[in-house]
Amino acid sequence: MGRYVARRLLQMIPVIIGTTLIIYTLVWFLPGDPFAGRCGARPCPPAYVAEMTDKYNLDDFWLIAYAKYLWSLLHGDFGETFQGLSVGEELLRAYPTTVKLALVAIAFEILIGIGAGILAGLRRGSFIDNLVLVSTLVVVSIPVFVIGSVLQLFLGMRWGIFPATVGGDASLYNLILPGFVLASLSLAYVARLTRTSLAENRRADYVRTAVAKGLPQRRVIGIHTMRNSLIPVITFIGADFGALLGGAIVTEGIFNVPGVGNLIFRSITTRDGVMVTGAVTVLVLVFLLVNLLVDLIYGWLDPRISHG
Amino acid sequence: MATTQAGIAPRADQAGTTPLLEVEDLRVEFRTRDGVAKAVNGVSYTLHEGETLAVLGESGSGKSVTAQAIMGILDSPPGFVTGGKVRFRGQDLLTLPDDERRAYRGRSISMIFQDALSALNPVFPVGWQIAEMFRVHEGLSKKDARARAVELMERVQIPAARERAGDYPHQFSGGMRQRIMIAMAIALDPDVLIADEPTTALDVTVQAQIMQLLADLQRERNMGLILITHDLGVVADVADKIEVMYSGRIMEQAPVHDIYATPAHPYTKGLLESIPRVDLKGQELSAIKGLPPNLTNIPAGCEFRPRCPYARDICKEQRPALQEVVPGRFSACHFAQEVLEGDIEPAQQ
Amino acid sequence: MADPIPPVVAAAEAPETTETAVRTLGRDAWHDLIRKPTFIISGVLFLLFVTIAIAPSLFTSLSPTDCDLGLTRQGPSGAAWFGYDNNGCDVYTQTIYGARASIMVGVLTAIGVLIIGGITGTIAGFYGKTTDTVVSRLGDIFFGIPLLLGALIVLVSFPGDAETPELVTISKVVLALAALGWPQIMRIMRSSVLQVRSADYVQAARALGAGGTRMILKHVVPNAIAPVIVVATIAIGGYIAAEATLSFLGVGLQPPVVSWGLAISRAQDYVRTSPHMLLFPASALSLCVLAFIMLGDAIRDALDPKLR
Repeated sequence: MGRYVARRLLQMIPVIIGTTLIIYTLVWFLPGDPFAGRCGARPCPPAYVAEMTDKYNLDDFWLIAYAKYLWSLLHGDFGETFQGLSVGEELLRAYPTTVKLALVAIAFEILIGIGAGILAGLRRGSFIDNLVLVSTLVVVSIPVFVIGSVLQLFLGMRWGIFPATVGGDASLYNLILPGFVLASLSLAYVARLTRTSLAENRRADYVRTAVAKGLPQRRVIGIHTMRNSLIPVITFIGADFGALLGGAIVTEGIFNVPGVGNLIFRSITTRDGVMVTGAVTVLVLVFLLVNLLVDLIYGWLDPRISHG
Repeated sequence: MATTQAGIAPRADQAGTTPLLEVEDLRVEFRTRDGVAKAVNGVSYTLHEGETLAVLGESGSGKSVTAQAIMGILDSPPGFVTGGKVRFRGQDLLTLPDDERRAYRGRSISMIFQDALSALNPVFPVGWQIAEMFRVHEGLSKKDARARAVELMERVQIPAARERAGDYPHQFSGGMRQRIMIAMAIALDPDVLIADEPTTALDVTVQAQIMQLLADLQRERNMGLILITHDLGVVADVADKIEVMYSGRIMEQAPVHDIYATPAHPYTKGLLESIPRVDLKGQELSAIKGLPPNLTNIPAGCEFRPRCPYARDICKEQRPALQEVVPGRFSACHFAQEVLEGDIEPAQQ
Repeated sequence: MADPIPPVVAAAEAPETTETAVRTLGRDAWHDLIRKPTFIISGVLFLLFVTIAIAPSLFTSLSPTDCDLGLTRQGPSGAAWFGYDNNGCDVYTQTIYGARASIMVGVLTAIGVLIIGGITGTIAGFYGKTTDTVVSRLGDIFFGIPLLLGALIVLVSFPGDAETPELVTISKVVLALAALGWPQIMRIMRSSVLQVRSADYVQAARALGAGGTRMILKHVVPNAIAPVIVVATIAIGGYIAAEATLSFLGVGLQPPVVSWGLAISRAQDYVRTSPHMLLFPASALSLCVLAFIMLGDAIRDALDPKLR
């Protein structure tokens, strides 16, 4: 177990280096003069240009500059943006909101996704089953930004049931609508996965054994069938959580949620390379760590998987 | 809850007049997209206390489906019981409401399956799965139930039972897993134990051990044992009587020794001749030619006719009923007497 | 399992070992498919959309540039069933002509990921060892970067303007999506190849001295490709939605290209007053995404005998 975790952590190193290299390279070769528009309408004073060039190693060969960046990253230093903001602090400020939003979304996936999947899976071919199948297909085929703006228009603006935008106050209540929108796609997948998994397991031999043991129906389904059926679902939700923690550019944009997605989008459009690279590094790291955690949970849920 | 269940399931010894289990004209069909498969077509047999009945047949003969119908664990849909009775100590189980029917499962009639790896739940420890019987049916505490489970594991000769009760099914060998299945099935001391191909998935040496264990337990607890198998060799030593099934019907029924010496049905004869025998070394094995009929479209006349070396014209038109040939022996063949006496020539073709 | 219906089970479990078996399986699958309503519906939709994409003039007499600013944002009427957009262009004509760019992005991206992912996956799965490790880690690097975020950064790095030829704009979006989407296909292809490679007939061919490339092309790829094609078909829908999202964020396709994504993104600003601008392109987009998802689903069900 310990060795498995160590091996996985070691495997992450080249992945992190590769990812940061790609992003750093893209940002490095961004077209245009990095100082254009930095100092208002006038060209930047030479002293400022010299200072910045030195600070961001702009005179070095790109790979050398990258190596220097990586080195400071290793020391926990994410650097500063051109405006002099600390990337680390900005990320720390944005992250709690994104985590909260992700948790709201996951709650929807669990409540509605698993719930609908169970209802459908237990009665295949019934009205509810067909309803779940059709509605999930519809949800999957509508792009998130359309769902987002339509729900914002009706639930937020026209009927005023939920706040239409979040802004500075990222309370749980304010995050309900964006959380639901963010969850919509995965929610549909969770429902379908639960349904399929449940339907498959209901025919499993061990379920027949449970019936033959004379167990009551609710125990056969609630304990024997469910425990096995939910393993892939929990794994999916876990992996999705890892992805959601990377921020949601579209959803956070529509509802003006001050999270990581918003921060990254703003940084990309303002060509703030240091911020983009730092943020992507963090979210890839989080993604990988959550995935490792999911694999460990998977091994714990299903004793047949061994991480020896 | 446990007490009401005990009340529902009659366990008191009612004098030897009523058989333990009576199956009467049982019919099962599977309604699938490709048609209706008639898996069981009028099967009848009886089982007494302490008796071992072997049900023999190829896959698709309906032997397992019959057992599932008795247990009430058919996959439904697509499987449906369309007729007949299953009486346990006189009580017809098929007409009971689900709740009362359930009380018989595991307590009065219990079952072990062919592939213990898939029949045991992969995500629960084996001790837990055995103990579940006591917790659900008898309301024992976790601790007591576990102690009983360990006792049972010891009874079925699992080494280091106490330590291994916490292990999961995939951590055991095939033979040990089958022992765990057996322990679970006999936990509540059932009257009838149905073993569906209990040794098919096992090595030959392990097969013998498991059969021995089953025979011991049966004698020790005076259970009625139904042994479902496709392997004549497995049952020769343990069974009292044999039912030979084909295409969802019983072809021959006889005490075990008679059937080996003098089969009264061409199908049984074919099965016996297809077993390799040490004393007939060097001779060619004769297999039964052809395939069992498609159950969605069983031909008219005798089901076995297309594969029967002795088939005559009458076999094409009339389906032979199961009839007593000599006292205690039944056969569903127009020429049962002739086959029994070896007094019939293969048809010219 | 019990032994209720042997003939059916036997046919379904026929291993894909010989060519005849494969053909039988293929015929079985086809036989299954044409009896499935979802396949027929999605197939008809698919053909309809492809026809629209190839020959839009069959469906409308107007040209997408026939716009009259005097008609700006007029709602649906007898003359224009779908109404007019903010430039006074007929929304119906825009929607018809938008199919080509959107579907082209989806299909070309799917082909792109099939080529990159298919080749790398086959190499990793077939040669194993170090090759596998290197390819898999490379896949991890790209897999960790969210599709949308990565494509966003790539597209910002290579901006275009109104002068850029239409095909170049489309290719950029395709390349950005394919560059980040291939690991998904690579992983599936790899495990599929691993399965095929250990099959008896491949081992036998190897023992008989069949060489690497010939072996891969003749035995491995044909038997391993099915699940990958299914996933790629479903993914087409996802890529079409991704294009729309990128256009919504302002970095995907650019005018004068006509696409659903661009139309939806323009409609966002007027959604409160002129919902018809959003409704029609969004419906067309969703219907198209739905068609590809359903098509892929139906093919997968038909190809997987276990789920029958």
